[in-house]
Amino acid sequence: MVEPKICIEEVNYFYRDFQALRNITLEAPPRSVTVFFGPAGGGKTTLLRLINRLNDMVDDTRMTGRVLLDGKNVYDPGANVASLRRRVGMVFALPLPLPGTVRENVTYGLKLAGRRDGGKMEQILERSLTQAALWDEVKDRLDSPANALSGGQQQRLCIARSLALEPEVLLLDEPTSGLDPISTRKVEESLHELKKLYTIIIVPHSIQQAARVADQAAFLLMGDLIEYRAGTEIFTTPHDKRTEDYVTGRFG
Amino acid sequence: MNRNRAQQIGFAVLTLSAIAVVAPILIVIGIILVEGARAISWEFIFSMPYEGMKQGGIFPAIVGTLILTVCTAVAAIPVGVAGTIYLAEYAKDTWITRAIRLAIVNLAGIPSIVYGLFGLGMFVLFLHMGTSIVAGVLTLAIMTLPVIISTSEEALRAVPMEFRTVIASLGGTRWQAIRHIVLPEALPGIITGIILGLLRAAGETAPILFTVAAFYLPRLPQSPFDQVMALPYHLYVISTQVPGMPVSVQYGTALVLLILVLSMNVAATVLRSYFRRRRQW
Repeated sequence: MVEPKICIEEVNYFYRDFQALRNITLEAPPRSVTVFFGPAGGGKTTLLRLINRLNDMVDDTRMTGRVLLDGKNVYDPGANVASLRRRVGMVFALPLPLPGTVRENVTYGLKLAGRRDGGKMEQILERSLTQAALWDEVKDRLDSPANALSGGQQQRLCIARSLALEPEVLLLDEPTSGLDPISTRKVEESLHELKKLYTIIIVPHSIQQAARVADQAAFLLMGDLIEYRAGTEIFTTPHDKRTEDYVTGRFG
Repeated sequence: MNRNRAQQIGFAVLTLSAIAVVAPILIVIGIILVEGARAISWEFIFSMPYEGMKQGGIFPAIVGTLILTVCTAVAAIPVGVAGTIYLAEYAKDTWITRAIRLAIVNLAGIPSIVYGLFGLGMFVLFLHMGTSIVAGVLTLAIMTLPVIISTSEEALRAVPMEFRTVIASLGGTRWQAIRHIVLPEALPGIITGIILGLLRAAGETAPILFTVAAFYLPRLPQSPFDQVMALPYHLYVISTQVPGMPVSVQYGTALVLLILVLSMNVAATVLRSYFRRRRQW
């Protein structure tokens, strides 16, 4: 039995009076792809952002339960949020390059952490961009503005930006929602490589994508975790009627 | 055909409105330029007035206005920008911060004479600064702050929230997000706010009337507790308080004030477009 990388334990989450998550418990094994899927408003993104404590930035919220990374509660009063976020990288739905060049974008996280060892930077730059399947396309224009890249390239740049910090976990929130099919395929292919090294949790932008990438998948509906099992089962032989209705396209 | 006619009438009305707006300004500037240019000379700009200001130049008033404007900038910019960063980036949205925000917006619209009276009561009398540069600068700074804060806050809020989220997700602190992304992005807007506020400070008469302005002081200030002459007040004095004043001196003074303010405006525009061009996204 492999130790789970992330354990979410009895998590309830409220925006003011609205309960966005109800008693969620699940485990994500290391070096695999875990998928959170379901209709909009089900709490997928909220659950994802609880793992790197990005929801801390939202006012008027309340949470109970625990989120364990390697067995340690990330919500412990003494926990270091900055170092948590370096261990748990995140890629958002809309690619948002920071102002500056391709090179600056990739090394931004390192700069924020106060690391500037020149020679190693070059190495990290190449490794991150290669892992994000972008190196060949940008190696000759590392010093041109990042926003001159195409949308698909920008999203892979954002993935590389997260990878530069050598995170242990990578959270992806509908990373291909704004991309064309070819770019989407490139991102999915890079996920396939990345999961050999990282624990990946992804909110996919379609049920087809969920089925393509999932090692295990959690179906979230209106803040409830309906079903959580291996990707090979949940999309073909779901146990719950609601999951079945959703994956067969009867609603959603 | 009918629609075409309506289009033509609409276009004519809009054009006439635009002319009605621009024409008076151009006429005023034109008259001041033509009349004032006759008065302007090296002597007029760089020498002291004498014979009841009817002769000589307006050098002390020019220097006075420059001192007041620069010192107001030094006093108001750090406090204004720091306060804005707190309000826009750190303060939670409670009734207190909402009340502060409302107060700032209202303060920006208060007539300048009210600031003048406040300065008189607060700095000149209560704090015993007397009629002095310090009292005048503080009064002008207080008048300038709401303008700086409300425009700068607008500029900070216009920077997409997502940048802050991305920096946070990379392990950056809130301050790092402000320092590396938000401030640089908002800089053009902040500079606009600062210049708007300072232009008002440079051109107003009422706030300096009781706090710093000297009626007639043909020398340069020796200390921060001296009075100074200032262009707007000087213009008021020579236009209404001194009988037999040559018209050319009045126009000359107006022209100098106008050039000072306009050149600040141009400098601001240049600075703003410089920072905007440096943005790479």
